[in-house]
Amino acid sequence: MGERSKTEANVKSTAPAGTRVTVPAPDLPQASRSAGIAFIFKKAVISALVALVLFSLMIGIRTEAGPTGQLIYWTRFDDLATIVAVVFGGSIVVELLRQWWGPIGTVRVVPPSVQSALGLARRAIAPLLLIFTFLVPVIFYDQRYILDLGILVLTYVMLGWGLNVVVGLAGLLDLGYVAFYAVGAYSYALLSTNFGLSFWVCLPLAGILAAFWGVLLGFPVLRLRGDYLAIVTLAFGEIIRLVIINWQSLTGGPNGVPSIPRPSFFGIPLTPGEDGLAARLGIEFSPTHRIVFLFYLILALALLTNWVTIRLRRLPIGRAWEALREDEVACRALGINTTTTKLTAFATGAMFGGFAGAFFATRQGFISPESFTFQESALVLAIVVLGGMGSQLGVALAALTLIGGFELFRGFDQYRMLVFGMAMVLLMIWRPRGLIGHRAPTVFLRQSKAISSELAREGRG
Amino acid sequence: MSGDTILNVKDLTMRFGGVVAVNDLSFLAERHKITALIGPNGAGKTTVFNCITGFYKPTSGAMRLTHGDGRIIQLERLNDFRISKQAKVARTFQNIRLFPGMTALENLMVAQHNALMLASGLTFLGLIGAPSYRAAEKHAIDQAKQWLDRIGLLERADEAAGNLAYGDQRRLEIARAMCTEPALLCLDEPAAGLNARESAGLSELLLSIRSEGTSILLIEHDMSVVMEISDHIVVMDYGVKIAEGAPQAVRDDPKVVAAYLGADEEEAIAVMESGT
Repeated sequence: MGERSKTEANVKSTAPAGTRVTVPAPDLPQASRSAGIAFIFKKAVISALVALVLFSLMIGIRTEAGPTGQLIYWTRFDDLATIVAVVFGGSIVVELLRQWWGPIGTVRVVPPSVQSALGLARRAIAPLLLIFTFLVPVIFYDQRYILDLGILVLTYVMLGWGLNVVVGLAGLLDLGYVAFYAVGAYSYALLSTNFGLSFWVCLPLAGILAAFWGVLLGFPVLRLRGDYLAIVTLAFGEIIRLVIINWQSLTGGPNGVPSIPRPSFFGIPLTPGEDGLAARLGIEFSPTHRIVFLFYLILALALLTNWVTIRLRRLPIGRAWEALREDEVACRALGINTTTTKLTAFATGAMFGGFAGAFFATRQGFISPESFTFQESALVLAIVVLGGMGSQLGVALAALTLIGGFELFRGFDQYRMLVFGMAMVLLMIWRPRGLIGHRAPTVFLRQSKAISSELAREGRG
Repeated sequence: MSGDTILNVKDLTMRFGGVVAVNDLSFLAERHKITALIGPNGAGKTTVFNCITGFYKPTSGAMRLTHGDGRIIQLERLNDFRISKQAKVARTFQNIRLFPGMTALENLMVAQHNALMLASGLTFLGLIGAPSYRAAEKHAIDQAKQWLDRIGLLERADEAAGNLAYGDQRRLEIARAMCTEPALLCLDEPAAGLNARESAGLSELLLSIRSEGTSILLIEHDMSVVMEISDHIVVMDYGVKIAEGAPQAVRDDPKVVAAYLGADEEEAIAVMESGT
């Protein structure tokens, strides 16, 4: 089946645009399975050969400098043989898994009953996840670590949803999203430490300022598309970081902004003192209260992002974003102002990034430019791509997998990155369009049919 | 006759570096009529279209659009999306440009973007779900439904546009252009790749669009369609106009026959045979 799906893909790509491609009818599962055995074996042998060549020097021979500086080397052919065998076996397993759970759009060797059960599970997963998230502070009240991790995951869920507007819906590849996160964080930090403004006043201000910077970035880069746009946004992210580092008088430079005020419960501080929330409610003070409050705060912010995005998608502006991703020339022919449409996408995404940044600042109590490196942008983008461009649930799941999974493997220490990278590669093999690889129509007459992302374009900026 | 002109193209010239794609072209398109632009491959027809619809800025020349209410718009002064938004000129493309990952219905909804954008109070009213926006959206869906019904795609409204058959995609693109409520509809080879039955259906659709008051400017190679529905034909070759007139007159014009014979034998035969 792997071979057949490949030829199908070839037919699709070589056929002239616009002509109808008839996809061959799916074979019986048995037929495709038996035809695949030789193919799987061949592939495994090739993989093993590649591994042999690759690792023969890296693992097969070990070199070291001797006590007098001479070269000492010895062979480790048993290790090499193990690696090659693992690659051989692994290749067979991967190929079998791939056939069983192929990429979206290809015929799967899964019985229909299992498929319908999976479909049901898929529909139930979003509400269940939401209920579970609400209950996390109740269940894990005593486990500070889990609560902190939950806050971290939710922050990235929110960032992912924010970037999803720009990358997933409008199809504008933004590699400098962390800049808006930084603008939001520094807006709150500086406004509150210098002018004593409260978190609730600063939150919208941080969003507005970030959106403003989004528009400012948007203007010069509107003519750019695809890879060019990505490079400029990347540069923008670095510019913001460098300005923060070097504008010492305002931002404190590399030392960051210390002692940022903690958020209050709508004016009531969460402190052990007389007028604290605990004292007013007549309960014993506990530092966990603040963590739980922060948890629900970021949950509310993330859900707001989600709600607004879902609403926007069904409004003309959201449809214009998606149309822009699909075909910019056609948009212009239909009288859609592509300039303002792109700018609103940038501004909306940036605004949510700004909100998340303000939250980050108040949670940490201290921010420095180190928190806003390119790695953060890459991580958020990975969440969006992994989740499936434009899919809200997919982004949430991807954030959970990436951030949560990353923490889970903390025990593995140096192998953590290796496992992380391997997981990413495997996921992209099975789900080349992300975890949730289809888009739901924004409006329908009779029945909302999910559209395979194979049809949707990824956007050229 | 020239009293009710919708589009007046005067001395249009378009140069790409040293290449003169369109040279000093002038023609008129009348209101409520179908004007066809024909000519051998590479004659510059699509370039003229791209100038009229704002995708190219002409090197020189004027294109004046006169609306039914007497409003006059100089098309060469507007750029890309404003041609469709303000001048009400819609177009389709030679190679279909639908939004393949969106449903047929969504494609038609995107076409009504500007009207819906106003109704949604630049998104803010829509975000809070104002009743006025909901009414406008319902109206837009009704209009889309009506068009889907007309092109026979009502049953497939919720299918992705990229999944539709080729002929259906052609018709959907025309319906999408019509959803912008244009005064002038520019069609770039709408019959390309259609079979005889689909071509006949297309002719019928275009005639019904004309009868409802939209003027049509058409580029087409399929002479059966051109000769059947056109009111006026402009023939181009090497960027200049070589003939114009009623279908019958153009078909008998020796210069036209020569242009087609010189360029492509088959097309010349097609021109001559379609008349008999």
